[in-house]
Amino acid sequence: MKIELKNICKTFNKQSNTINNLDMTINDGEFVALVGPSGCGKSTTMLMIAGIYKPTSGNLYFDGQLVNDLEPKDRNIGMVFQSYALYPHMTVLDNIAFPLKQQKVPKEERYERAKNAADMVHLGHLLDRKPSQLSGGQQQRVALARAIVKKPKVLLLDEPMSNLDARLKIEMREEISRIQKELGITAIMVTHDQEEAMTTADRVAIMKEGELIQYSSPMELYNRPKNYFVAQFIGNPPMNFLKSQLAVKDGKCQFYINDTTVDLNNHLPKIKSHNSIKDIYAGIRPYDLKLGQKGDITLDGVVSLVEPTGHSKMVNVKVGDDRIRFFADPLQKIERGSKITLTASISSIHLFDCESGENLTAETIGEGQDNKLVINS
Amino acid sequence: MEGIYEPKMEAPKIKTVSKWNARIPYIIAYGTLGITTLPIILMYLWLLMSSFSTQMKHGVIPVEFTLENWRFLWTNVEMVGSVYPSIWTATWNSFVFAGVLTVLEVIIGVMAGYALSRMEFPGRQGIMKMTMMLHAFPSVALLIAVFFILNFMGLFDSLLGVILVKTALQIPMTAWIIKGFFDDVPWDLEWAGLIDGCNRFKVWYTIVIPIIKPGIAAVSIFSFLAGWSEFLLLYTFVLSDDNITLSTYLQKLISDPNLVNYGLLSAVSLFYMIPVLIFFIFTQKSLMQVSAGGGKGV
Repeated sequence: MKIELKNICKTFNKQSNTINNLDMTINDGEFVALVGPSGCGKSTTMLMIAGIYKPTSGNLYFDGQLVNDLEPKDRNIGMVFQSYALYPHMTVLDNIAFPLKQQKVPKEERYERAKNAADMVHLGHLLDRKPSQLSGGQQQRVALARAIVKKPKVLLLDEPMSNLDARLKIEMREEISRIQKELGITAIMVTHDQEEAMTTADRVAIMKEGELIQYSSPMELYNRPKNYFVAQFIGNPPMNFLKSQLAVKDGKCQFYINDTTVDLNNHLPKIKSHNSIKDIYAGIRPYDLKLGQKGDITLDGVVSLVEPTGHSKMVNVKVGDDRIRFFADPLQKIERGSKITLTASISSIHLFDCESGENLTAETIGEGQDNKLVINS
Repeated sequence: MEGIYEPKMEAPKIKTVSKWNARIPYIIAYGTLGITTLPIILMYLWLLMSSFSTQMKHGVIPVEFTLENWRFLWTNVEMVGSVYPSIWTATWNSFVFAGVLTVLEVIIGVMAGYALSRMEFPGRQGIMKMTMMLHAFPSVALLIAVFFILNFMGLFDSLLGVILVKTALQIPMTAWIIKGFFDDVPWDLEWAGLIDGCNRFKVWYTIVIPIIKPGIAAVSIFSFLAGWSEFLLLYTFVLSDDNITLSTYLQKLISDPNLVNYGLLSAVSLFYMIPVLIFFIFTQKSLMQVSAGGGKGV
C-alpha cells in the first residue's frame, strides 16, 4: 500500500508543532525507517499513520484514499510496540489469534492461521504460555506474529528492538527483514539506532524537531549527507569533523586543513558571493582515512587511544585541537603517543557550513541527487 | 608481623553473633505487637464464651455451657412480650443490601474510574477534586437532606432508597481507587487493541478490564464490607421489621438498657461477624493488592 503524508502538522499544545509540515511518500512494499534523536516526532508520525493520533492539519492518504478520519481498526495495519504490548491475560496463541477474532474468523481457521504465524517467527512450541513466562526476545516474536497474522497492508514497528541485547538485535533485524520481504508488505520502522535503520530499510527518513531533514536510501545518506546533522548522525563510528576555513577568490575555491591548502577545482555553486571566507567543518569518514602521505591531503597528529576491534584497530588521533578516529590494520604497530601522518582523497571530504550546517559539497560531489526524494528542503 | 596477624583477629568477629542476639529484634517486635493486641483478642474471647454460657460470673468467668443464646437461629426471639423479627430475614436483607451496593458501586466506579484516568474532557480536574470533597462529607451531615429527598421520591423505609444513598456516597472513593489501577495500564496495550480491530469500548472490556481484575476484586470486597457494616443510614431511613438488617437487629437488642440480654447479644454479634470472617479468608490476597498501589506487573 502506498502511503502519502501531505503537509501534516500535529500539535499537542498550542505553543509549538510536534510535527511541522511533513511531506513524505512511502511506496508499496517499501521498508522505510524513521530515525532521529528522541523527541523528534518519529513516534508521533507513526501513531498518526496508525490512526491513534489525528493530524492537526494536512492529509494522509492510503493508496490515494484520504484516511484522516478512518479508525485504526479499519486501516488494516499491524503494529509492534516498543513494550510489545502483549495482552497479559491471554496465552501466546490467543494473543496471536486476537486480531483474527476481531475479524470474526471462525475458530478453527483462526487458530490454524495463528499457528502458521507463530511458526513463521519460530514460536510453535510456546503457544500455551502466558506472556509473562517468556523472555524478551520471545515476547518480541509474539508481538511480531500478532502484527502479521491478519495479513495487514502495512506493518508498523515502533522501536521493535530497543529492549533486546546486541546479539538478539542482529537476529531479529534479519528476521524482520526476511518476513517483510516474504510478505511483500509495506513496513515503517521507528528507531533511534541509525545502524538498525541503515541495515534494514530501503529508505531512511531522518527527522529532527518535527521536520524531515533527509529522506533517501541508506547509501545516499552515507555518501551524500545533506547537512551537518545527517552527517554526524549516520555512520558508526561517526564522521570526523575538522574546523577549517573556505576561501573563494577570483572564482577559485580553496580550503585549509592543518596547514594544507586544498584546491576545489572551481566548482562550488552553493556559494554565492565570489570573494569571501567562510568557517566550515570538513568531514571525513573514519574508513576513508589511511596511514601514509600519498593522498590529496595529509594530516599530522598524535595517537591518543588505540582500540582493537578484532578485524581492525580503531585509533583515536589528536590533530591540532580536534580529535579524529580512523581504522588501521590490526597488524600495524601503533602506539599511544606516537606521531603519525594520515591521508585522504579529496573526493571523500564533505564540507559543511558552520552556521547553517548545509553540505557545501553536495552539488559538486553528490551530483544527480534525486530531488523528488528530498522533500521539505 | 602485624600484617600477618591482622586477618586472624578479624575473622572470628563475624562468627560470634549468637543466635539469641540475632533474634532480639524479632522478640521485641513480636512482644510489643502481642501485648498491644492482647486486649482485642481477650475481648473476642469473652464474646465467644459469653455466647455459650448462661451467665458470666463477675462479668468474666463463664458458668454452665448452653446453646440457649443461639436460639434465634431456629425460633423468633421473644422478650418481655415483644417478638423480634426472624434473624434470617435480617441476614437476607443484609446480603441484599451489601450485594446490590457492591454491584452498583463496582459498575459505576469502574466506568467513572476509566473516564477519569483515560479521557480528556473539560472539567476533569474539577470533577476529581469535587469527588474527593464529596467523600470527605460525613454522612451524618447529610441525613436531613437525604430524608427529604427519599421521602419525596417515595423511597423512605425501603432498602433500595438506602442502597442508592450509600452508593452515591461510596462512588467517589471507588472511582479513585479504580482510577489508580487504570493509570497503571500502559497506553500501548489499548493502542494495540485498537489496531488489532477493536473499538474503544471493546478494548475496554476485552483488554483493560481483565488486566485490572485485582483492582475490581479489591474494590468489590471493600464495598461489600462497607454495605455489610452499614448502620446509620439503615437505622435512620428504614423502620419496618420486614426491611430489618443485621446491624439494626443488633441495635434493637440493646435499645432498652434495662432489658439487655448479653448472652444473646454476644451470640448475634458473632453470627454477624461470621460472613465477614469467611469473606476475609478467601479474599485476603486481593485485598493486599490495594495497599501495594494497584496494578499487577502488566
